[in-house]
Amino acid sequence: MADKITAKEQKYLHYSKPMRLLFSIWNFILDIPNKLWRLICSIGRAFKNFGLAVANEFLDIFLTFKNGDWKTRVSFVVMGFGSIARGQIMRGILFFLFEVVFIVYTAVWGVAWIAKLSFTNLAVTTTQKTIETIAGIDYEVDTVVYGDNNLQIMIYGVLSILFVFCFIYTWRLNIKQNKEAQAILAKGKKLKSGKDDLKSLVDDQFHKTVLALPVLGIVIFTVIPIVLMIMIAFTNYDYNHTPPTNLFEWVGWDNFNELFTWGNGTSTFSATFGELLSWTLIWAFFATFSNYFLGMFVAMMINKKGIMLKKLWRGILVLTIAIPQFISLLYVSKMFSDEGLINRFLIGNGIIETAIPFWTDATMARVMVILVNIWVGVPYLMLITTGVLMNIPSDLYESARIDGANPVQQYFKITLPYMFFVTGPYLLTSFTGNMNNFNVIYLLTGGAPYTLSNSAGKTDLLITWLYRLTVTNNDYKLAAVIGVMVFIVVAVISLIVYNVMPSMKNEEDFQ
Amino acid sequence: MKKASSIKRNRILSNTAIYIILVVMSIIWLIPFVFILLQSFRGETHAQVGYILPKEWSINNYVELFTETSFLKWYANTLICACCNAVLQTMMVMMMAYALSRLRFKGRKFLMNAMLILGMFPGFLTMIILYYILKSMGLTQEGAVPGLILVYFASSGMGYYVFKGFLDTIPKSLDEAARVDGATRFQVMRKVILPLSKPIVIYTVLTAFMAPWADYIFASYIAFGTSSGYNVAVGLYSWLTKDMITSHFTLFCAGGVCIAVPITILFMCLQKYYVEGVTGGAVKG
Repeated sequence: MADKITAKEQKYLHYSKPMRLLFSIWNFILDIPNKLWRLICSIGRAFKNFGLAVANEFLDIFLTFKNGDWKTRVSFVVMGFGSIARGQIMRGILFFLFEVVFIVYTAVWGVAWIAKLSFTNLAVTTTQKTIETIAGIDYEVDTVVYGDNNLQIMIYGVLSILFVFCFIYTWRLNIKQNKEAQAILAKGKKLKSGKDDLKSLVDDQFHKTVLALPVLGIVIFTVIPIVLMIMIAFTNYDYNHTPPTNLFEWVGWDNFNELFTWGNGTSTFSATFGELLSWTLIWAFFATFSNYFLGMFVAMMINKKGIMLKKLWRGILVLTIAIPQFISLLYVSKMFSDEGLINRFLIGNGIIETAIPFWTDATMARVMVILVNIWVGVPYLMLITTGVLMNIPSDLYESARIDGANPVQQYFKITLPYMFFVTGPYLLTSFTGNMNNFNVIYLLTGGAPYTLSNSAGKTDLLITWLYRLTVTNNDYKLAAVIGVMVFIVVAVISLIVYNVMPSMKNEEDFQ
Repeated sequence: MKKASSIKRNRILSNTAIYIILVVMSIIWLIPFVFILLQSFRGETHAQVGYILPKEWSINNYVELFTETSFLKWYANTLICACCNAVLQTMMVMMMAYALSRLRFKGRKFLMNAMLILGMFPGFLTMIILYYILKSMGLTQEGAVPGLILVYFASSGMGYYVFKGFLDTIPKSLDEAARVDGATRFQVMRKVILPLSKPIVIYTVLTAFMAPWADYIFASYIAFGTSSGYNVAVGLYSWLTKDMITSHFTLFCAGGVCIAVPITILFMCLQKYYVEGVTGGAVKG
């Protein structure tokens, strides 16, 4: 194999490390059309496979019915009948109860909720004047008659649809089990009893037991809300349309169109979004790498042979991790404010005349948040890098020293490549984490100075803007659109990095 | 001889430089906390001033904090959240991480990929919906504490990475040996793996306990405008608004000290486990 090195690979081997990275990024970009084509192919294949799988399912259902005995056939309508008839009482009762609950729910509420999801012909909230007679005197009383509530409809509608899918899945499961039970009995073996089923929950089926609660929590508190939020991005839900008094409607892609309509000056939604997106990326870049390199630098200083009181230095930095961030951030924010300690001290001693605009000048505020973030983040990075640095085999350094490498060379040829290799995944999560770093920005500046339109400020990240649009402006539809856009940006960055970085290996390598 | 001494001199020089940097750094990192401590004892005025050492030392700020403000209520709210979260979140994370690390089942890869993608959505995009759901259950405003606990722990299974990374380092042969001896999977977990996971369990408890103290986003939205439902972060933040700050700044400092001291002590005691968790988690991604 060794003699089959291509010209391209040979070129690669001659490059230095940073050039190699550039080279692989360039290759990645060159490869994009190819990748896209492969993606399209794989999507096509996925559709084909999906179609085949669905066809197979139907075939299997049909065959089960054809080859099934009467118990199996009744189970197609009355779920669990087959199980009960074959002595698996517990399974059968559970299936049957599920079917009863589903039918009752769907007939009474489910269909109505799903039908209302179109948001047409909804009952509007009205005030009715009625005459009440109290002690012989007629009073005119306003009573509010609440109509439909979009949010409620969306939540119950989505839940109902989910329930339908659950039912289809369970129905299929019920049929599969009938088929299996029939096969087992035909071989003359015994079926599992209810007791066996319960036992398997702490043994073969243990994953179902441990996963039930966490997955249920994630579905209810993350998946469904995210689905609903994506739906809200396609409505006009804002301060003018707050149910139940003012209902909102579907508006299709209008909100996204607004986001991509450029050229109406600087006051548009799209201009603000572009400005904040670029600042968010700049911020994430500086926040991640400044912390990373300074943290590594500090760790190396403390680790250096001959430095005493290592525990003390480390302890001091760790101490600052322990104190809840909001205290230190709020305090630092006030310390540098116009009325704060630093400005008052400087003015009081006649060093300056007017307050230094730490948080009110856009550029200075941006530099300040990055600096304060270093103060917040370096101790944490120091801990992480200390652990990794200690794992670098010391014979690497020794042989480098014998070959006459100076410390700078050792750093760039050994330490840095090793660090990048090991902490690559961490850097990615840290970058995306910084894009969504709410606390540092919100508690330090609150996004100020607010010189952009749509109540956005110069230090606002997309995420703090999202928060303000939700809480202060009640502009939910815009918040939802921004949230979706943040997701897309993060996903694209992650995808690129996963493809470029060689150290993004699969998880089993660590086991 | 001459060369050796020059190397020695160089080393002394560089070490001195490092000491100087470390000392300056320690001062920079500690100074805001020293300032908070000193200002919490200032008796003469509640507002911000341009000097550090109080002209009149007093503990009035602390007395006022506990007798005239809702600080104690906020503190209790946060403490309840923190304790419940420490227990519940650890359970969720542990179950999720255990299943993904030790058990192999259909849909495992799908589950992990799904959680990776879900994690790319900004965390509080769903705030509005969660607020609506909690409100319909009566868990906002006055009932913010149980509501917050629910929000904190319900989907915390998604933060399984560090725990799983630790479990992955425990050799699989242990499980297999126990299985051969006739242990059920549940027994393997309870008697073999969990006793070995003490460090990571402590790390998870510690981080789960500390998170509610720093949460501002959800706490402010769910307790919206109702002082009795605030946690410390929201409460203290409300003291630093423009109209409150002149009368509450030193109270903020005193409150900060009351929060920071117990947490810091707890943290420093369990420091070892925290460092292990952080380092392991970062390396495994």
